[in-house]
Amino acid sequence: MLHTLAVLVENNPGVLIRVAGLFTRRGYNIDSLTVCQTEDPELSRMTIVVNGDDQIIQQVRNQLSKLVVVHSVSDLTGESVVDRELALIRVQVSTETRSAVLQTVDIFRGRVVDMGRTNITVELTGDIPKIDAFVRAIRPYGLLELVRTGKVAILRSET
Amino acid sequence: MSEEKTGLKGATILLNALQQEGVDVIFGYPGGVLLPLYDALLDSPIRHVLGRHEQGVVFAADGYSRVTGKVGVCLGTSGPGATNLVTGIANAFLDSIPLVVLTGQVPTSSIGSDSFQEVDIIGITMPITKHSYLVKDPRDLPRIIKEAFYIARTGRPGPVLIDLPKDVLAEENVVPFSNEMKLKGYKIFGRDNNGKIEEVARALSEAHRPVLYAGGGVVTAGAESVLKQFAEKTGAPVVTTLMGIGSLPLGHPNLLGMVGLHGTVTANYAVNDCDLLIAVGVRFDDRVTNGPGDRFATNAKVIHIDIDPVEISKVVRTDIQIVGDARQVLEEILEALPGFVLPDVADWWDQLREWKENHTLNYDKDRLNPQMVMECLGEIAGGETIITTDVGQHQMWVAQHYPTVNPRNYASSCGLGAMGYGLPAAIGAQIARPEDRVVLVTGDGSFQMSIQELGTIAQNNLPIKIVLLNNGVLGMVRQMQKLFYGERYSQIQLQGNPDFVKVAEAYGIRGIHVNSLENVRSAFEEAFKHPGAVLVDIKISEHENVLPMVSPGKVITEMIVR
Repeated sequence: MLHTLAVLVENNPGVLIRVAGLFTRRGYNIDSLTVCQTEDPELSRMTIVVNGDDQIIQQVRNQLSKLVVVHSVSDLTGESVVDRELALIRVQVSTETRSAVLQTVDIFRGRVVDMGRTNITVELTGDIPKIDAFVRAIRPYGLLELVRTGKVAILRSET
Repeated sequence: MSEEKTGLKGATILLNALQQEGVDVIFGYPGGVLLPLYDALLDSPIRHVLGRHEQGVVFAADGYSRVTGKVGVCLGTSGPGATNLVTGIANAFLDSIPLVVLTGQVPTSSIGSDSFQEVDIIGITMPITKHSYLVKDPRDLPRIIKEAFYIARTGRPGPVLIDLPKDVLAEENVVPFSNEMKLKGYKIFGRDNNGKIEEVARALSEAHRPVLYAGGGVVTAGAESVLKQFAEKTGAPVVTTLMGIGSLPLGHPNLLGMVGLHGTVTANYAVNDCDLLIAVGVRFDDRVTNGPGDRFATNAKVIHIDIDPVEISKVVRTDIQIVGDARQVLEEILEALPGFVLPDVADWWDQLREWKENHTLNYDKDRLNPQMVMECLGEIAGGETIITTDVGQHQMWVAQHYPTVNPRNYASSCGLGAMGYGLPAAIGAQIARPEDRVVLVTGDGSFQMSIQELGTIAQNNLPIKIVLLNNGVLGMVRQMQKLFYGERYSQIQLQGNPDFVKVAEAYGIRGIHVNSLENVRSAFEEAFKHPGAVLVDIKISEHENVLPMVSPGKVITEMIVR
């Protein structure tokens, strides 16, 4: 099953390769990986979605914890979290399909961020199933290009 | 007005920091980018031992570490110097040996430009180092050196690499930053046992057929004496891995011998039949389990004690897991034992004794064979002799027949199985402990992978005794081709072998030929009496096999014994 790991790492060059290298070396599969600086400029946060059974996930967590550049690893799976992914999607439009496409974008609360003569670019934020659903809905009109950030997640506050 | 010079050269700061860590010797080989460092070395009290190949210097540092428990230090130049260190780094990584490996690097301004002798050694060694540093500012050197030694020796030890660009070493007038460590992300595991000590004590009191399975973690933790107490107190028999050799001295009544592919029949039967397996400082290596762990010790409740949480449940399912230092955990269990009934192991020992009597390690006592050589060496050498080995049949004959009584008197390439390890490791051991006798047991295949280090022995007048079991073939490969490939021998003949005695003599080292059993003892006596290095070249038959042996894919009780 898919697990979402939140990994706090040192914000230094070479950290990403240490983490990514560990996954390839040990034969674990990364589904997605996002990384950026946190509120503390010395730390970056990686959100890694990884596929595996409980034993594999435990191994992944232990292996990650062993890296000197990794400060903490937590598994957000099953926790109460807010998770989001951002996608940029370029869709083909013609005079016939334009209004239907825009309506679909509206239903999913997307935003049109660029417009050309024969295509539009949509920005969409949401959890992964929502973005998957939008992609399915828009595909028949002509999906030209799709860029997804991968999932980021944060624990919900307790109060 | 010129500014007053208050700082030091980068290389000097580095050497001072090494001295602060207690470094007394560096095994190294110079090169272009290391010129500032080798210049500063002339003014440093740290001894430098010049090898003949970078693989030799890293193996020497490894040998130094194994016989002292201290961090070994080696040094190679950028490019080929650094890549030649790779096998030795992997060796230390797989056997959890603490090393600080220093490599030269091209100047920071040239990094990434494919300049002369430039390689990305950090990238190359990332999977085989515990951690690594590229030093970009000489002011960071004191902190980085301190951190590197701390990381190398604490927790599960391992090699740490520090890449040193030439300009960092050459910079003058450097006023360094504080050496305060910044290691927020470095964790040493196993401070909290969560009441599991009692669980182990209870499991032990309920067991009828316990076995202690001891490995390198026992040696790292210095847990030999507590292991002995534990075995004697509980009556549990002990099996060891190759890394754990000597953690209970050969000849101790509780010791059943090595377990695994070339283990003793009794050790393998005991592990297979036990109802409680207490695994201490081991990782259930496939040379022990002979393949996937699900057919190993299937009748037993398994307790796994290891300092590295990653090893827990990696290979074998376990019932009780304790992450911690082997000595500390064993001591805590010993303390908890008075609250429990000790296991009744009388019937178990009847069984074990029966196996022991029926399955001794058999060999012909009246002809020249490797087992007799080991027996004779053991009698003459005595307990305080340090033994290093190479890799192959002779390594297993040492493991099976040489009476190692102290694991710090034994150095072998276990996890990586790197031929060529033994000679430089013996050099490192002899440099570390000049008063003790060092014996290398090697084969003619392995020996030729590091034969150039005879020059290092000669240059430093090291009185190392080399026992060469010379059969003219790659014996371990031959044995497997004989047993598992229908005697289709492929690429095992070493027909171009030199006269090794002459080679030794060319280096000013005494050489002795041995062609008969009668001459073995006198050759060893002569070698040990001689104040300098000696090579004893012993001709053995290529038909000798290391037995017992478990066939590939078989349960460890299915052994070929003759």
